Amino acid sequence: MKKIWAWGALLFGILYFTLPLVGMTNFSLKMRRGEYSFDAYAKVFGDPRFQETFTYSVTQALFTIVFGVLLVVPTAYWIRLKLPGLRPYVEFVTLLPLVIPAIVIVFGYIRLYNTSSWLPLTGSAFGTNILLMFGYATLALPYMYRAVDTGLRTIDVATLTEAAQSLGAGWATILARIILPNVLVAVLSGAFLTFAIVIGEFTMAALLNRPAFGPYMQLLGANRAYEPAALAVIAFGITWGCLGLIQLVSRFQKSAPPKA
Amino acid sequence: MSFLSLTNIKKSFGPVQVVHDFNMGIEKGEFVSFLGPSGCGKTTILRMIAGFETPSGGSIFIDGKDQGALKPNQRNIGMVFQAYALFPNMNVHDNVAFGLKVAGTSKTDIDIRVKQMLGLIKLEHLADRFPYQLSGGQQQRVALARALAVKPQVLLLDEPLSALDAKIRISLREEIRQIQQQLGITTVFVTHDQEEALSISDRIVVMNAGRADQIGTPFEIYNTPATRFVASFVGTLNIIEAKVADPAAGSITIGNQPVTLREPIAGLNGGDTISLALRPEAGSIAEGAKGDASISGEVVSTSFLGSVIRTRLRVGSDIISFDMFNNPGIIPPASGENVTLRFAAKDLLVIRE
Amino acid sequence: MSSAHISARSPARRLPLHWLGILPFAAFVALFLILPTVKIVVGAFQTPDGSFTLDNIRGLFTPSILAAYWISIKISIASALLGCLAGFAISAAVVFGGLPKGIRGPLLTFSGVASNFAGVPLAFAFLATLGPVGIVSVFLRSELGIDLRVLGFNILSFWGLTVTYLFFQIPLMILIITPALDGLKREWREAASILGATGFQYWRMVAFPILLPSILGTLALLFANAFGAVATAIALTGSSLSIVPILLFAQIRGDVLGNPHLGYALAFGMIVVTGVANAIYIWLRARSERWLK
Repeated sequence: MKKIWAWGALLFGILYFTLPLVGMTNFSLKMRRGEYSFDAYAKVFGDPRFQETFTYSVTQALFTIVFGVLLVVPTAYWIRLKLPGLRPYVEFVTLLPLVIPAIVIVFGYIRLYNTSSWLPLTGSAFGTNILLMFGYATLALPYMYRAVDTGLRTIDVATLTEAAQSLGAGWATILARIILPNVLVAVLSGAFLTFAIVIGEFTMAALLNRPAFGPYMQLLGANRAYEPAALAVIAFGITWGCLGLIQLVSRFQKSAPPKA
Repeated sequence: MSFLSLTNIKKSFGPVQVVHDFNMGIEKGEFVSFLGPSGCGKTTILRMIAGFETPSGGSIFIDGKDQGALKPNQRNIGMVFQAYALFPNMNVHDNVAFGLKVAGTSKTDIDIRVKQMLGLIKLEHLADRFPYQLSGGQQQRVALARALAVKPQVLLLDEPLSALDAKIRISLREEIRQIQQQLGITTVFVTHDQEEALSISDRIVVMNAGRADQIGTPFEIYNTPATRFVASFVGTLNIIEAKVADPAAGSITIGNQPVTLREPIAGLNGGDTISLALRPEAGSIAEGAKGDASISGEVVSTSFLGSVIRTRLRVGSDIISFDMFNNPGIIPPASGENVTLRFAAKDLLVIRE
Repeated sequence: MSSAHISARSPARRLPLHWLGILPFAAFVALFLILPTVKIVVGAFQTPDGSFTLDNIRGLFTPSILAAYWISIKISIASALLGCLAGFAISAAVVFGGLPKGIRGPLLTFSGVASNFAGVPLAFAFLATLGPVGIVSVFLRSELGIDLRVLGFNILSFWGLTVTYLFFQIPLMILIITPALDGLKREWREAASILGATGFQYWRMVAFPILLPSILGTLALLFANAFGAVATAIALTGSSLSIVPILLFAQIRGDVLGNPHLGYALAFGMIVVTGVANAIYIWLRARSERWLK
């Protein structure tokens, strides 16, 4: 009786989650009339706009990751070490991007950093790229911070720091040589998740008018029939890849021998 | 039939049989401990009495009623778990009231009973606390009160003390025993700590690999262990490997030193190996110590345990410990010194494998 | 500052140095999270020349904008509630339902992927499934003679969006609630049972109250998640369905002419709605977890 109910719930889940995936895959292969083909994929990959926007988004993602790591790791470390009383507040702030819609945040950017403001970031393509990168870092902040903070929880930050200081290490050395390697898996998890978020992000890129992958997909979807399905399959593959990598690195950590 | 009777109980998990044909009758009001190392099947038997596990064979009767078809919530049994298992979302009062509430008891009756139970465990003043605000010992007392509130026929205690500090462990076990005797409730207690079992039980079941090696009073278990396992698990008995010299005369050699037992040795021939048990408190090296048997050996070490001083002697390939009571005038033997240990030959017990 | 190295020893004076460590983070958060939000809130109460006004807010109370808020809220509540229910059922099936242990790992991995598979591609996937020529629509029409459109189902509608949003809502619930379900100790169930409670009583009096904070938190998160979803909605419906994020998107893009400060008010309204949702959550949570440390 209980088992039937459990299998029922699982079956519903499997059906609900597989059908759209089957649907998009099926659709993406049907460009040629009457037979399955990879024409839609060939079209997508051959499109120079695809290559440009995809490269742009990958670049943005990489910069976002680097910036995010540089911002979050020292901060999370410092708060654990010196300002533990501040942790609940910082945690609250890092969760805000889950609550304030991205569209509201980017609207604020547009009004705050327009050409006539004190910091006219949207005045140039370069400035806008930077602004978009900051926006992505904001969106990824909840995930990045949580991942790193969880990673730091598993190591004794204070003891490691004191040990390193007693051996004469400075702050930069401690962070780069002691703390970062110890939370590397957490940082990588946050990084892959950031990548998955940035690569398909639409709202911020569209409203800041940057040639990113998300707006490209939307544009294609409005004008074409089969290529969007192919894009969806590709995007799903990328997401799956990122999450798969997270699993991989965390498994690697589990199987690694405990440090003495 | 006993109040709680276990007949031919078997239990297998897949191909592994963890309990073999277990038989026991427990009388009303009796306090019985199941003692053994982890994995010996003691907890499994307890969980079968509770109804969490279904026996692969055999039957369980409580007060003449077959429990086989009854679910745990139909058995009227109280249970205390090792990890307290208090409901974290309820305060002390509500935890104790839980069993009464689900039974549909009226609010006034619940309040009276809860007060009574909290009085029993002397925690009336903490009725409004949540479990996280209590110490381990307090939590376990609340768990006890919760189990007893529904007036169960049988109380099951699953290693209730092993998560606690040594000091609280002792005071709480005395409290448990006192409450048990006050209520006269039939109790089954599972533990791996022999001191615990010896100190509070009416009877002890020593479990080994799914079987009962010995069932008896603490006195019997400690003084006349039935098997080598019981001897080694209960207390700090010395197990001595001796050689049989003359079975009919009861003479043996321990490290080439002759000793004569009180009785002839049945079933063994000259030259066979025999295991003997000697309690550490049975011998003495003092001048003029009594005893019709003695062995000499070299002192390996001496440790001061407070009320007693334990000395380890090497005799041949055996190490024999013996205890002497502390008193300020005593001079403990030094390592390397040769001493003679005197004891009564009747204290040397032959151990079955 | 000749006294700097001396004052570094006194704890009272050392404090400012400690605070320097989080300065970059504080600056970033202030510039790119707090200030933009504050700018929106302030702007909602300003005329273009900067003086105080309530006209922007008043401008929200037109039937079409109110309807947009209403349908947004409905979609968010529906997809959050259904996501919670379905996610809970699937998670409970895997944790307690006696299903093979091998299912658990893949389920969690898949949930991680699906909860991040939102936005434009998700819309494409559902168009290819439940759209007019989608695989399910076509199958139902040609094989079973059921025309979804005749039944009133349209992917570009309330239910269409809700069903689509569930694709990231359900996995998110699974990801959050599975550890919570794991946290229910076997002893609690056994203790309840040996005290005479039925399975239902155990769930009502013990398990559910323990899970409630997690469930409430997830509900609030799912609500905000759906309420702010722009990409999926735009890719799915173009601008044919009037929900708040689409309206705001059009405002910012300048597709809709009119008072530019209406955009502030629209965005402010979104903050208020998610803010209220979270305030309700915090209030409920405080009530439901007095027993937590």
